[in-house]
Amino acid sequence: MAVHALPRDLAETTAAYDRRRRNELLFFGAVVLALAALPLAVRDVYAQNVIVLTLMYAALSQSWNILGGYCGQISLGHALYFGIGAYTTSLLYTKAGILPWFGMLAGGLLAAALALALGYQLFRLAGHYFSIATIVIAEAGLLLVHNWDWAGAATGIQWPYVPDSWATFQFGRDKLPYIYFALGLFVVTWLVTFLIEGSRWGYWWRAVKDNADAAQSLGVMIFKSKMAAAAVSAFFTAVGGSFYAAFVSYIDPESVMAFQFSLLMALPAVLGGIGTLWGPALGAAILIPMTEVTRSYLGGSGRGIDLIVYGALIMVVALARPQGLVSLFTRRPAPKV
Amino acid sequence: MIPPLLSVEGVSRRFGGLAAVSEVSLSVGPGEIVGLIGPNGAGKSTLFNLIAGAIPVSAGTIRFEGEDITGLSAPDRCRRGIARTFQVVKSFDSMSVLDNVVVGALVRHPHASRARLKAAEVLDFAGLAGRAAAPAGDLTPPEKRRLEVARALATEPKLLLLDEVMTGLTPAEAQKGVELVRRVRETGVTVLMVEHVMEIVMPLVDRAFVLHLGRELAHGKPADVARDPGVVAAYLGDRRRAA
Repeated sequence: MAVHALPRDLAETTAAYDRRRRNELLFFGAVVLALAALPLAVRDVYAQNVIVLTLMYAALSQSWNILGGYCGQISLGHALYFGIGAYTTSLLYTKAGILPWFGMLAGGLLAAALALALGYQLFRLAGHYFSIATIVIAEAGLLLVHNWDWAGAATGIQWPYVPDSWATFQFGRDKLPYIYFALGLFVVTWLVTFLIEGSRWGYWWRAVKDNADAAQSLGVMIFKSKMAAAAVSAFFTAVGGSFYAAFVSYIDPESVMAFQFSLLMALPAVLGGIGTLWGPALGAAILIPMTEVTRSYLGGSGRGIDLIVYGALIMVVALARPQGLVSLFTRRPAPKV
Repeated sequence: MIPPLLSVEGVSRRFGGLAAVSEVSLSVGPGEIVGLIGPNGAGKSTLFNLIAGAIPVSAGTIRFEGEDITGLSAPDRCRRGIARTFQVVKSFDSMSVLDNVVVGALVRHPHASRARLKAAEVLDFAGLAGRAAAPAGDLTPPEKRRLEVARALATEPKLLLLDEVMTGLTPAEAQKGVELVRRVRETGVTVLMVEHVMEIVMPLVDRAFVLHLGRELAHGKPADVARDPGVVAAYLGDRRRAA
């Protein structure tokens, strides 16, 4: 027989929530400090390169997770937003001399605007149809850029060689600035997700994902929720694309807009735990170094082998831990208040 | 006379050639518990979906507090003060029990921290406070029904639509459900409930409204309705034969 709960327990119910949130933030702080110290211990340029890419994909996958994981709209066309960031920044810099920092913002805003325009049409589609449409649109974008002479068409855009400078965000050999920027990007995307998770949007998005009919009956604006998630997700994906362009100083359509990038944004979240705060980072920390290692061991002979390894890994996780690897670390039943 | 809280005026809904609901009119006064009963396929759930705004009407008008809400979407009707539960439980299974209820509370309390307090309060009212931290997917079926009611109550409705909340419960659980509905009414919420199990509805409701093949068959006090020859033939009669 259930005893009637006392008001004290009510306070306890919400206090438990506040405690969990604070602990999550403290843990995040500790992880960021450890990551900030990492490049001081790892001096090898190749390894530092891997760190940059891992942090970048952690941030990108977290951005993808906002729309795909929290709001449940599985996009397989995020390469489009990544490419928009990379191209906007590169074009503004090489054609008009506008510094990449402004290009980054412009690319983010442009991608968010495009996400809203596409979402206006695409969010009428349900489930798999939405995912298929995102693939098709991203491929169409790739073809357009391929044939756009002013933007370098298939040859792409080479950034000019300039002395090391924070203004142009160009550093010839030094990887540290890129590591810290990528870490910053990861911190921002994580914090944005953390704040959203505790806010009205976070509840609305998860409700939309779990059951749209029930959400609607509880006053949730489904369409508005999806649009907001798409815009935030696209913005940060494009910022990541801008960063990547500055990091490699040379882009062409295939190197920033290929379908593979869409997969590389979705897979870490799926592997680590979709719709969770730590899933994308955990997934990226496993997948990206693994890719780089298989690539360097196999050289040119094993093209695509990294993708086979991904596939195998995802299958194992899907069978053994459908909620992703993050669920290994939460006590069962998950103490989520 | 007090104006009705909800009035359904000549409402019809067709699915292709099938008229699921035909020219139904009914009204629910403030503070009432009204039962909507009828055999399977009578159109009860369709009528519910029309009132909640989940599907549009083919004809007719729905008024809430005297205002025409026929054209309003489900979220807008929720904001006006109509909340519902679902016949097939639709909990947010990736979220905790508390978070499920917070989604409802956000309608009146846009700040999540305030909504969480409200949700904790409603969970306590619904007798689920002890399960606040559990994932919604882990609840037992009767608990899930309670969660549905709690989530709807968190929107602070004036009218609560309960769609077969007692179905599948043991008599003891159903009795607890009946108590919950009574306590809901005591807080000033009007209740319109679809129910299959006559033994549960009849003692609980002030008035009963019988639907058969999409049309009104009878309405009035539960005892009168139960004696109505048409109702006995269409509904109770069938049951006796089946039993």
